[in-house]
Amino acid sequence: MPAPAQRRIIFRHIDEPGYTNDLACYVRHGGYATLRKAVTMAPAAIIDEVKKSGLRGRGGAGFGCGLKWTLVDRKSGKPIYLIVNADESEPGTFKDRYIIHQDPHQLIEGIMITCWANNVKQAYIYIRGEFPVGARILEKAIAEARAAGYVGPNVLGTPYGCEIYVHRGAGAYICGEETGLIESLEGKRPYPRIKPPYFPAVLGLYQCPTIVNNVETLCHVKYIVEVGGDEFAKIGTPNNTGTRILCVSGHVQKPGYYEFEVGKITLGQLLHEVCGGPLPGRKFKAVIPGGSSAKVLRFGETFTLKNKDGSARTLAVEDIPMDFDTMAACGTMGGSGGVIVMDDSVNMVEALANLNAFYAHESCGQCTPCREGSLWMKKITSRMVHGQARAEDGTLLKSVADQIAGRTVCAFGEACSWPTQSFVAKFGDEFKAYPETKQAAKPAGATDLV
Amino acid sequence: MSASPKPDLITVNVDGRDVAVPKGTNVIEAARLVGVDVPYYCYHPKLSISGNCRMCLVEIGMPAVDPATKAPIVDPGTGKQRINWIPRPQIGCATTASPGLHVRTNTAQIKECREGVMEFLLVNHPLDCPICDQAGECKLQEQATGYGRGYSRYIEAKNVKPKRTQLGPRVMLDDERCILCSRCIRFCKEVAKDDVLGFIDRGSYSTLTCYPGRQLTNNYSLNTVDICPVGALTSTDFRFKMRVWFLKQTDSIDPESSVGANTVVWSREGVVYRITPRRNDEVNDTWMADSGRELYKQNRAPDRLMVARVEGQDSTPAAALAAAADLLKPAAGAVAVVGSGRSSIEEQFVTRRMANALGAGAFLVGRSDPGDGLLISADRNPNVRGALVTGLVTNLPSERLTQLGEWIDEGKVRCVVSVGEDLLAAGLTEAQLARVAVVYLGTHANATSAIARIVVPTFTVLERTGSFVNQQFRLQKFFQAVPGPAGAIDDLTALTRLLSSVEGEYFPPEPAAIWPEMARAIDVLQGITFAGIPATGRLLDGSRWAGLPFPEGPGLHFQPAAKP
Repeated sequence: MPAPAQRRIIFRHIDEPGYTNDLACYVRHGGYATLRKAVTMAPAAIIDEVKKSGLRGRGGAGFGCGLKWTLVDRKSGKPIYLIVNADESEPGTFKDRYIIHQDPHQLIEGIMITCWANNVKQAYIYIRGEFPVGARILEKAIAEARAAGYVGPNVLGTPYGCEIYVHRGAGAYICGEETGLIESLEGKRPYPRIKPPYFPAVLGLYQCPTIVNNVETLCHVKYIVEVGGDEFAKIGTPNNTGTRILCVSGHVQKPGYYEFEVGKITLGQLLHEVCGGPLPGRKFKAVIPGGSSAKVLRFGETFTLKNKDGSARTLAVEDIPMDFDTMAACGTMGGSGGVIVMDDSVNMVEALANLNAFYAHESCGQCTPCREGSLWMKKITSRMVHGQARAEDGTLLKSVADQIAGRTVCAFGEACSWPTQSFVAKFGDEFKAYPETKQAAKPAGATDLV
Repeated sequence: MSASPKPDLITVNVDGRDVAVPKGTNVIEAARLVGVDVPYYCYHPKLSISGNCRMCLVEIGMPAVDPATKAPIVDPGTGKQRINWIPRPQIGCATTASPGLHVRTNTAQIKECREGVMEFLLVNHPLDCPICDQAGECKLQEQATGYGRGYSRYIEAKNVKPKRTQLGPRVMLDDERCILCSRCIRFCKEVAKDDVLGFIDRGSYSTLTCYPGRQLTNNYSLNTVDICPVGALTSTDFRFKMRVWFLKQTDSIDPESSVGANTVVWSREGVVYRITPRRNDEVNDTWMADSGRELYKQNRAPDRLMVARVEGQDSTPAAALAAAADLLKPAAGAVAVVGSGRSSIEEQFVTRRMANALGAGAFLVGRSDPGDGLLISADRNPNVRGALVTGLVTNLPSERLTQLGEWIDEGKVRCVVSVGEDLLAAGLTEAQLARVAVVYLGTHANATSAIARIVVPTFTVLERTGSFVNQQFRLQKFFQAVPGPAGAIDDLTALTRLLSSVEGEYFPPEPAAIWPEMARAIDVLQGITFAGIPATGRLLDGSRWAGLPFPEGPGLHFQPAAKP
């Protein structure tokens, strides 16, 4: 089956010749019309539209956006804050930066609609420290929008006022975790908070109810209000609505970012047709489908899933649709949409050594299993690739990872242990044979990862 | 004191046993009530919950109810309500008991969790127990034995961190031993209100340190050493002096102010090595000031009085006391007794009886300095309220003995007995003292002991047994930790002997033996025996003295009575 065409909603104007990131260009293309519409709607009606749309968060966890808003404590009398998570730090993910760089007003419009819907008076864009240009673009865009009355006191002439502030992070992966982000925004070390009791919807920023949404999610909110929740729900597949941006990197002919209806394209179509297949003379070996912390898939493995009617179907890796639910059923996740492809030039021990080095470096160090376990795993894989591998290291790696997952303060425990668990489970033979094969011939041009 | 309302009790189930716990109790404390040990490092009952060590992971379940009808779902197999167990283990410290909560601590999953956390804590921890000061009171040692696997799978190099960082004048840090539990950080921030500690770097390379340009100098810094579960923070003073398992522990009271922080005195073979706080949730929680820990040094201070003296000649305590009686008896009617707010209530009672027998006026020297709002109050005597209760004095003492000075000037007083007070420092002049015979009972040399006609060396608080009445009118006992020096005598022995020699009544020199008479003679002490005073003290009715202008301000667990 041929791959469906891209459906560019969020990325409608990305890379469009002549499209600039200033306000005039955005307004010329119909910008802020949705905000004008939104301020005529009752906030509860907007929340209803978002619930009807079935929009799921695009940051990684895929949590229902409407449900997240419903959980917000609106009776406390405290202010409600919106935090835009622009910390895009999951390796393999590069979508939010293009929105920020090329279409910042789309994000600002989505923020203002969300703020109106949730009676938020202050919104913060937490942008990662590695995006200095993005931060400047956002600040300029906010100033423009403020001067034009889209942001600030009396939004579009209404009594409602809302300010947006840009806050730059200092380059830590953990600041993408929402409670770590909140701590960082409060000026502290980004130690994720324990939940319970610190659910952001109740005790978030400054112990006030807080909504934390991803950049792409908020752009979808804008589109939902534009076309209506029911219309949005028709895009994509049931329970996996809308479009999403897929960032393909690694060993394909045409890496890049593509926007498709959720679940309408399979992994195989994406890699072979959209991305042009493997590099000449190579074969696909493995793919991480949702950002580096998602569990790896091995080309050649199959998954038997239950259909709703009770029958079973078997999927090859190439057959898995790019959605949330099937990915989860196959033991991995759609995550942040970062698809990392590895071909047969890659040794999986070395690839894992690279990932483990990243996670050991990024563990915040707050809780024991992640702090000690991530570094231990890094030390093991690092030792392996430096000529001191042991046949039993794979088993040990898996055991260490098993001691982390599910026992930590935040989801970093899973993020750092899932790669190890899945690499060892699916490529255990390579780990076992690594002491002997370390110096085995590699395809020409392959580089050492560590 | 109004009775505190009875806390709401709720029933939870720990390892199959129901237990009623006050609302708000966490799972660790609830389990403790049924004798189930949930191990932990970062949790501390008097600090905020951090939840970072992950040692207290337990399985949590709630009774199943039908979502629609809210009716209990009964398990047909057991006939009991089914329990929905959360698949992931939860931390006990941050899980608050709710009605019907079920906890399992003895499952294979929890055993495996604890082994995992123990292993992780040890992979970068130096195994230098043989030279570590914490050995013997180290949570890591104890729980590695109790919950660890017993062997190591770690063959990589351990992290290297600073081994000797002086965080402040009294606290030394070994970063390699630190398990990053953040108790010390939370203590400084939340209790000492001196937010100087924090972590730098991240992951396993995280390192405890002070903020740039700051030091851990506050007067509560050594509490961080107490609560450090490992040997990362050690006391500069105690470090490498003695193995803790050789030390005898004696309950005592910090005498540096009227707070009366509960303490433990650690001694071996007559030598005190350190003083640490003892938990009393009504007085000092688990804290005490650094200054109170230094007091043991007075026992062996160079200016300690070690030999009795009579008219400048060395003597024995017994001979000196006999000489004192010979001096005082004929002077009856012209004697003044300067008692002490540092004496125990038993000693003050005997002092009062002695003053009665000699027809003497009794005085007390006040000591005040601004309090710190925590565990050091403005009244730097530990037992002024004891003097009020025993009737040694009827009013709050002044810092100057002006009245006594006038009496000396008027010739009304010929002999002065001073129980440990330096009369010159208290405002009497050398000329005044030259006109009277001074009997000095005290521990350390001062200007008064130098000019006293009779000097009887006595014991410090660590060498005595007795009780103090603190600012809350709480009667608290302290016990003799070490024997006093050979040439000195216990205050109570000295005072009872003096009392009987001047033809007062005879009391055996034991607090327990004096209490029957005290309980009989003093109405607020009625029904109390020395043995019956609980380890955490007993509140007395101080309403009779409520009108006095006590100097104490608000402190931990203390609110001064509103001034009329």
